[in-house]
Amino acid sequence: MGSVAVLEQSLPEDPAARRRRGIPRGAWVGIVPFTLYVLVFLGGPLYEVIYGAFTTTGGSLTWHNFSQTFSQPEYRSAFEESLKISVVTSLLGGFFGVWLACAVVTAGPRSPLRRIVGSGAGVLAYFAGVPLAFAFIATLGRYGEATTLLGHVGIDLGASGFDISSLTGVELAYVYFQVPLMVLLITPALEGLRPEWREAATGLGASTFGYIRHVAAPVLAPAILGGLLLLFGNAFAAYATSYALVGIYVNLVPGWIQQLISGNVLVDENGIGLALGVEMIVVIAVVMVAYGLLQRRATRWLR
Amino acid sequence: MAILVLAAIFFLGPLISAIRFSLEQTNGKDGLGNYTQLLHNAALGGSLVTSLEIAALTTAIMLALMLPTVVWVRLRLPRLALLVESISVLPIVIPPIVMAAGLATLQSHASAGLSNLIFSSPLTALTPVYVILAMPFAYRSLDVGVRAIDLRTLVDAARSLGAGWTTVLGRVILPNVRTAVLTAASLTVALVLAEVVIAETLLYTTYPVELVDTGQAQLGVAVALSVLSLAITWMLLLAISFIGNRGASRARIGRLL
Repeated sequence: MGSVAVLEQSLPEDPAARRRRGIPRGAWVGIVPFTLYVLVFLGGPLYEVIYGAFTTTGGSLTWHNFSQTFSQPEYRSAFEESLKISVVTSLLGGFFGVWLACAVVTAGPRSPLRRIVGSGAGVLAYFAGVPLAFAFIATLGRYGEATTLLGHVGIDLGASGFDISSLTGVELAYVYFQVPLMVLLITPALEGLRPEWREAATGLGASTFGYIRHVAAPVLAPAILGGLLLLFGNAFAAYATSYALVGIYVNLVPGWIQQLISGNVLVDENGIGLALGVEMIVVIAVVMVAYGLLQRRATRWLR
Repeated sequence: MAILVLAAIFFLGPLISAIRFSLEQTNGKDGLGNYTQLLHNAALGGSLVTSLEIAALTTAIMLALMLPTVVWVRLRLPRLALLVESISVLPIVIPPIVMAAGLATLQSHASAGLSNLIFSSPLTALTPVYVILAMPFAYRSLDVGVRAIDLRTLVDAARSLGAGWTTVLGRVILPNVRTAVLTAASLTVALVLAEVVIAETLLYTTYPVELVDTGQAQLGVAVALSVLSLAITWMLLLAISFIGNRGASRARIGRLL
């Protein structure tokens, strides 16, 4: 799991929280254990990453680790691949996810299709990591079922250059959890489109395209964009699936971090791995803040 | 409707393939040979025990830490609810591999005493960080549960009858938020049984790590176990939605009465 799917439902704000003013004296003691735990076990590793990224092994301040991640071709290429795989799989997941969600929502709220796709998406969005990788190897690996089946009809996957243990394979596996995640994220927004809006638009002489262009698209845009951002962050942070599929030498940022941290590279380049880690955090933090801002707009029409 | 056919092929294909693949035995016949390996393979069995121990301990610490916090925040610090919730969501911003990198650095800098105390066994090394990873959804599901009950009345009633805070939490609130607790616990167990990145980087042989290793030599066994863990995750999630629905209908009935 380890996915950002958690954010799929945001909690409504408690109005009582705004009404009561002031914090009762001494009440903060109740959240001390929680705060301390987070400080030690989240703050500890986080501090090590940031400190290690900005210092030399001797402990003096340096920018070297970061400049290395920008100048060395292997890290640049890993970053490009990570960004590429995140963009491609979130666009594919977004496109097919919205399409699937539309097909399901138009089928009506009581249809069995709605229930099947809804619960299926709920499960498959969490189907990632090692089991997903092995399911894909069993399907499209050298001895996979689909590979054998295609072989019978004269299509040789191996000869065509396809390899499930490659970035293409990883992309395919990521799409497998990105589509259901998008279905989960976008269905509430699609359900929020009121039939009255369509009737009103048609009544005023709008065509189907006109309705989509001037009503549906603007209302849905923040939700779709927000969904795409979550999908992007989800793919960018993911590593378990590609680790199980390709291994530690995959040309993605997480793969390089693991190689550098585990000392599988000639020189002691821990700091560069940690700098790559800081960069990953920055990317995801930016994505999440943008998601939070969009989320506010997305819920405006959907009450 | 084209999309439905496309989706069915893409999503059911790997599932059906994995099940078929897992039933093909090395002797050429079909059977459950790959599944029974779990019982014969000592390394896999041992790693599963390790992971289950970590799962149990992680769930216990998560509940002991989060439930009182959620209750306290809703009861006494509602103004801080948003802040505490934001803190609980923070782990999402840090990818597992970066968490692993931080822990590995901590591990290499740790003094001998700290090493013996924490990093000598997977149970003590991984449990604390898995609690952190579980925080975002654990906090949310517990918060949803606590908000659904009339917390203040329950607590005031229990307190005025002379109950201490432990009794209030354990015997008044806990039974009322059973569904939320079960949801949080199931998601935590599923997370621990699936987490491979941190365990692998810190060189601990947990179940998913062993599963990847098994796949190198015995692909059939690894696929069979993947099918098995998917089935278990599925049942956990199904159980949650079932319990959730029952809880919801009971709440409705309660309101009617």
